[in-house]
Amino acid sequence: MDLRIAHLYPDLMNIYGDRGNVIALSQRAKWRGIDVAVRPYSVGEWADQDWPDIWFFGGGQDQGQDIVGADLAGKNGAALKKSVEGGAAIFSVCGGYQLLGHEYVPETGPSIPGVGILDVTTHAGKTRFVGNLLVNAPEAYLIGFENHSGRTHLGSSAKPLGTVVVGNGNNGEDKTEGAVQGKVIGCYLHGSCLPKNPWLADRLLGWALARRHNDLKLAPLDDAAEKSARDQATEVARTRP
Amino acid sequence: MPDTLALIANAAGKLTREGLRVTGRGGTALPGLVALTVDPNFITALSSGLRHGVVCVSGTNGKTTTARMLADIARAAGWEPIHNRSGSNLDRGVAAALLADANWYGETRGDLGLFEIDEASLPNVVARLNPRVVVVTNLFRDQMDRYFELDTLAKRIGEALATLPAETIFVLNADDPLVANLALRRDAKKIFFGVDDDSVGGTVPQAISDATRCPRCKAPLAYRRVVLAHVGDWSCSSCGLARPPRDVSATKVVLGESWSEISLAGTIGSVFAAVRVPIPGLYNAYNALAALGAARAFDIGLTDATRALANFRPAFGRLETVDLEGRTLRLVLVKNPAGFNAAVGALLETGRKPRLLAALNDRDADGRDVSWIWDADFETLAPAVEHAVITGIRGRDLALRFKYAGLPKERIEVVDEWRAAIERAVSLAPRGSEVVVLATYTAMLELRSALSQVGAVTPFWED
Ligand SMILES: [Zn+2]
Repeated sequence: MDLRIAHLYPDLMNIYGDRGNVIALSQRAKWRGIDVAVRPYSVGEWADQDWPDIWFFGGGQDQGQDIVGADLAGKNGAALKKSVEGGAAIFSVCGGYQLLGHEYVPETGPSIPGVGILDVTTHAGKTRFVGNLLVNAPEAYLIGFENHSGRTHLGSSAKPLGTVVVGNGNNGEDKTEGAVQGKVIGCYLHGSCLPKNPWLADRLLGWALARRHNDLKLAPLDDAAEKSARDQATEVARTRP
Repeated sequence: MPDTLALIANAAGKLTREGLRVTGRGGTALPGLVALTVDPNFITALSSGLRHGVVCVSGTNGKTTTARMLADIARAAGWEPIHNRSGSNLDRGVAAALLADANWYGETRGDLGLFEIDEASLPNVVARLNPRVVVVTNLFRDQMDRYFELDTLAKRIGEALATLPAETIFVLNADDPLVANLALRRDAKKIFFGVDDDSVGGTVPQAISDATRCPRCKAPLAYRRVVLAHVGDWSCSSCGLARPPRDVSATKVVLGESWSEISLAGTIGSVFAAVRVPIPGLYNAYNALAALGAARAFDIGLTDATRALANFRPAFGRLETVDLEGRTLRLVLVKNPAGFNAAVGALLETGRKPRLLAALNDRDADGRDVSWIWDADFETLAPAVEHAVITGIRGRDLALRFKYAGLPKERIEVVDEWRAAIERAVSLAPRGSEVVVLATYTAMLELRSALSQVGAVTPFWED
């Protein structure tokens, strides 16, 4: 069995340690005997859009986000959309999450159109949300660190990933964090997210592998180190938000 | 002579200092705060009388080492530097350093202000210091919960430096495109330093490269040689912007286990004898080049400068060693991915199979966001690691990072208490062997205090 991971714009959207999510997906597949290949997809011509089982899209600096936004406005955005329709999964964080929505509306100037894969819209906020982020999801909790000034609001097709317990999440108002729509997830959890939230990593792996493999069951892993890091980070979030 | 208000501020600060000293609470920046409360212009009032003026040393990594090297160089030239320590309460720290040096009449004994400045604070304070020389070592991602994005930071620093008078001399890293292209005024005087040894570095940009785009036209940068992150021999394929010519350049760099040796060339084309800097790692070669560039800005002779470098001693947590029960502990302060990769590179360059004591904290001075460990290149380190004892208030995140980098679980051990972690790491290392201590700032402070409790010899530590 094999897994194909596409890392979107690793040269431009790579701050706050988000590449840890690619490391987590790769390792958790390899530990189960699955072959893994990771390919970068950056600005310009994409070689093979049908290749990825899962796309990872991280956060970036403003400059990177401008360049990436322009690139996604063309053929590559359409390719990404088609890939999702064909059964691929996406995990996105922060800037990547925002660019998968309908648009990003800055304080001044014209709004930056997004890919529109997620039914969310983001407005620039005056202050930045910086701190530990603890979220209650239906399956289990999520722990991470948020650092964003965007305020994201969900439309009716997207469901929140969970409810904020500590921190601000999507917009600091409605207590929601992240968005799920089909096999596409967006969130504001850095940390990196997936190593400390292995249940979410495994859900994404299941989605990704289902694109080309039937009747799949992921073998359980020894997650003692993950649990231990989760517990310590959660304690920190509760005592020093 | 400072004005009356500055004199009152000076006296108030000095009284506070005396009071703290008598009660055994020396070494804080409180006297500086008192002086600044009395006279907000205190720093300017006292530093404007310094005969050799003020030099600011800023940048993400290497400012402490560079500033200490420059202090040694200035002393070798017969000058008397007044040197602050870098820290977030920057203007207090500068004021405290001035107070400690001044007499009751506000006259300083020292004749050169040598101030380390956090890169994030530089835009706010640089105008008040009116520096004669500004050194910028490099700009990397660091503690982004506080400093935010690198592009924005570079822009703010450039704007602030552009307001300085035309006489100011800027000593800049030619190999860092963000630093080399800080938007200074057109007639700014610049001294560039860099490494010109083709055997140094690889050709593939590293995962942590933040500046892969041209600062002028945003086209992708091409690298003939990558030294660390986005530092190297860069050029823009689109607009032709390229690494500026180096005024102080290392034509050959040889790295040893406890030293680095650089052969120097200046713009006049003369090649000087090699200087051996007694701390290891390529990044310390860069720090030495930055200090030599500053020496040149001050017209200090190269003979004095290189002699001072040859006798250099590292600062707290910067690769100094301490002895404990027949083992050598090598202390390495790590605080961001570029610094981590540089430190790891220096360790592995010499073929070590390190036994580690690694500590991660997430206090303000460390950066509250520990995400950065996922950008750091643990994948290169892990295969070489013999064993890792891990501690710190976020030690379990660090253990998880090692796990995902491929270090087998029987080689990872988490010990929560500082002292217990030191004892465990030492007990696992045979007598006569080395334990490499990798720690973030406040974790290093904790380990240091625990080390002195267990009786470690700590020759070079100073606050
Ligand atoms: Zn260009």
